Amino acid sequence: MKGARGTKGEQAMVPRAEFASYYGRPVIKPPSWSATDIAGYFFLGGLAGAGSVLAAASQLTGRRRTATALKVSSAAAVSCSAAALIHDLGRPGRFTHMLRVFKPTSPMSMGSWLLSVYGPLSGVAALTAVTGRLPRTGTAATAGAALLGPAVATYTAVLAADTAVPAWHGAHRELPYLFAASATAAAAGMALVAGPPGESAPARCAAALAAAAETATDRAAEHRLGMVAETYREGRAGTLLRTARTLTLAGAAGAVLLGRHRPAAAASGLALLAGSACTRFGVFAAGVASAEDPKYTVVPQREEH
Amino acid sequence: MTETTGTTGTTGTTGTTGTAGTAGTAQAGDGRERVGFFTDTSVCIGCKACEVACKEWNAIPEDGLSLTGMSYDNTQALGASTWRHVAFIEQPARPAPEGRTQLPLADGPPEPPPADGEFRWLMSSDVCKHCTHAACLDVCPTGSLFRTEFGTVVVQEDICNGCGYCVPACPYGVIEQRPADGRVFKCTMCYDRLGAGQEPACAKACPTESIQFGPLDELRERAALRVDQLHEAGVSDARLYGHDPDDGVGGDGAFFLLLDEPEVYGLPPKPRVTTRDLPAMWKHAGAAALSLLGTAALSFVLPALARRKRTS
Repeated sequence: MKGARGTKGEQAMVPRAEFASYYGRPVIKPPSWSATDIAGYFFLGGLAGAGSVLAAASQLTGRRRTATALKVSSAAAVSCSAAALIHDLGRPGRFTHMLRVFKPTSPMSMGSWLLSVYGPLSGVAALTAVTGRLPRTGTAATAGAALLGPAVATYTAVLAADTAVPAWHGAHRELPYLFAASATAAAAGMALVAGPPGESAPARCAAALAAAAETATDRAAEHRLGMVAETYREGRAGTLLRTARTLTLAGAAGAVLLGRHRPAAAASGLALLAGSACTRFGVFAAGVASAEDPKYTVVPQREEH
Repeated sequence: MTETTGTTGTTGTTGTTGTAGTAGTAQAGDGRERVGFFTDTSVCIGCKACEVACKEWNAIPEDGLSLTGMSYDNTQALGASTWRHVAFIEQPARPAPEGRTQLPLADGPPEPPPADGEFRWLMSSDVCKHCTHAACLDVCPTGSLFRTEFGTVVVQEDICNGCGYCVPACPYGVIEQRPADGRVFKCTMCYDRLGAGQEPACAKACPTESIQFGPLDELRERAALRVDQLHEAGVSDARLYGHDPDDGVGGDGAFFLLLDEPEVYGLPPKPRVTTRDLPAMWKHAGAAALSLLGTAALSFVLPALARRKRTS
């Protein structure tokens, strides 16, 4: 059964690695999560979390229109996140069971508690900004959301990495930084799309920094993963991640060079948002691909010693 | 159904006490001994009585009938509706150094070397490992998965909300969501039978005692003797799998005697409970969160500095 590849008789695309498997069947079960719901949530959670940080800083520096726009986008993104998470449950009616226990060993439990605090804060921040009522409450909510935002944006990396999925667990050191960078790029993109160009200097700078950080962590992750990095380069994941890189770099370059002009700023912002989404869907697809092929489970475990 | 923080005290609600971030180690509660399975695949005859007994006792629904072409294995894998799975592997016979075949009869005369075209069967009844450090239990966000008083890992079906997190967390690919139902299911080691002082249905049905049930310590001793016996008989490939309390999952509650590498049977060679790395992962996530704050701060400071430089 050396390197046997399933029963459908498909051809291997790469030279076969020397490893044994049981009729080419996966050793672990791939996540049953829907990509739209969960990769979509990774993206939206990042957009919301990093957006709250940029919103608070914008408010602090007197960029009121950008601050309001980002607060609204964060509240909308976290609402859609909650909907996606509940929709993905096998028993959506039991979503409140998530708050039945407080369990530090479960990133999903910690995430549920985090969202249950962050969600309302971000909602209050958006509502007060739009209506202009209760400014003090609004400021407190904005500050709270900005403090929790970075956690919302990065804990999802731990959620993915704390599984037996080789492409995720193998990159458990790099994934949080990748998610943080991708979230910052998305929020900067949203600021460019929704805020006036006169207020966009920080967003342009954030876009450049995030694109650089994303490129660096991406490299580091692939280096660490060794042969499992194939799953980030090939198939659907490879296409998505190449697209993500192009969009993010183009968006950042556009933001830095042409970001003072409204249409160019909006286009760059959209590219950054799309790039961030492609990154999350790409990482998700790489995880599924690495779980479906026994090679990625067996060979790294064999090489350990 | 009782609360998950029962007398066992090993479930996730008190999860910070486990070593290196794992939610709970397997210790039997109520002064009971931890029980388990020892599956000796060298005497498995591939009858699938365990699969049938398991399905019948636990009233597991039918989950598809198909001819796979994978030897006599049409069950394919463990899953939501398959809690025992018999693997069938056909291998070309390899002449052993003494000219014996791989599986000599205990006291018979030396057999002639195999002719070309002969092969050997490997058959093994796989099951949930009921890990000492169980990833499924660690990551379950609802407390549905819990450690029983017998040291086994069981899903409370009235609590599970089908989040599916345990599915990719399991290093053995055991637990799975049942599509029409949404919740996850896996072997309970016949929790109901254990409560009544009975052995699990699969062990009861096994006609060759390939599946042995009992106190884990006793099974480990018995397994060590059996592997020595096989080595003496010339079966040098015999090895135990999942018996070592120092392995990546702290040892399995259901362990095996195999006649080839674990991956040949579809088992991971060196499984690891990923929750062991959770403290490191939280640290990196914390650092990443701070770097996000730092990047944001820098993005506001740098343009301001640049503007000041230009105006001065």
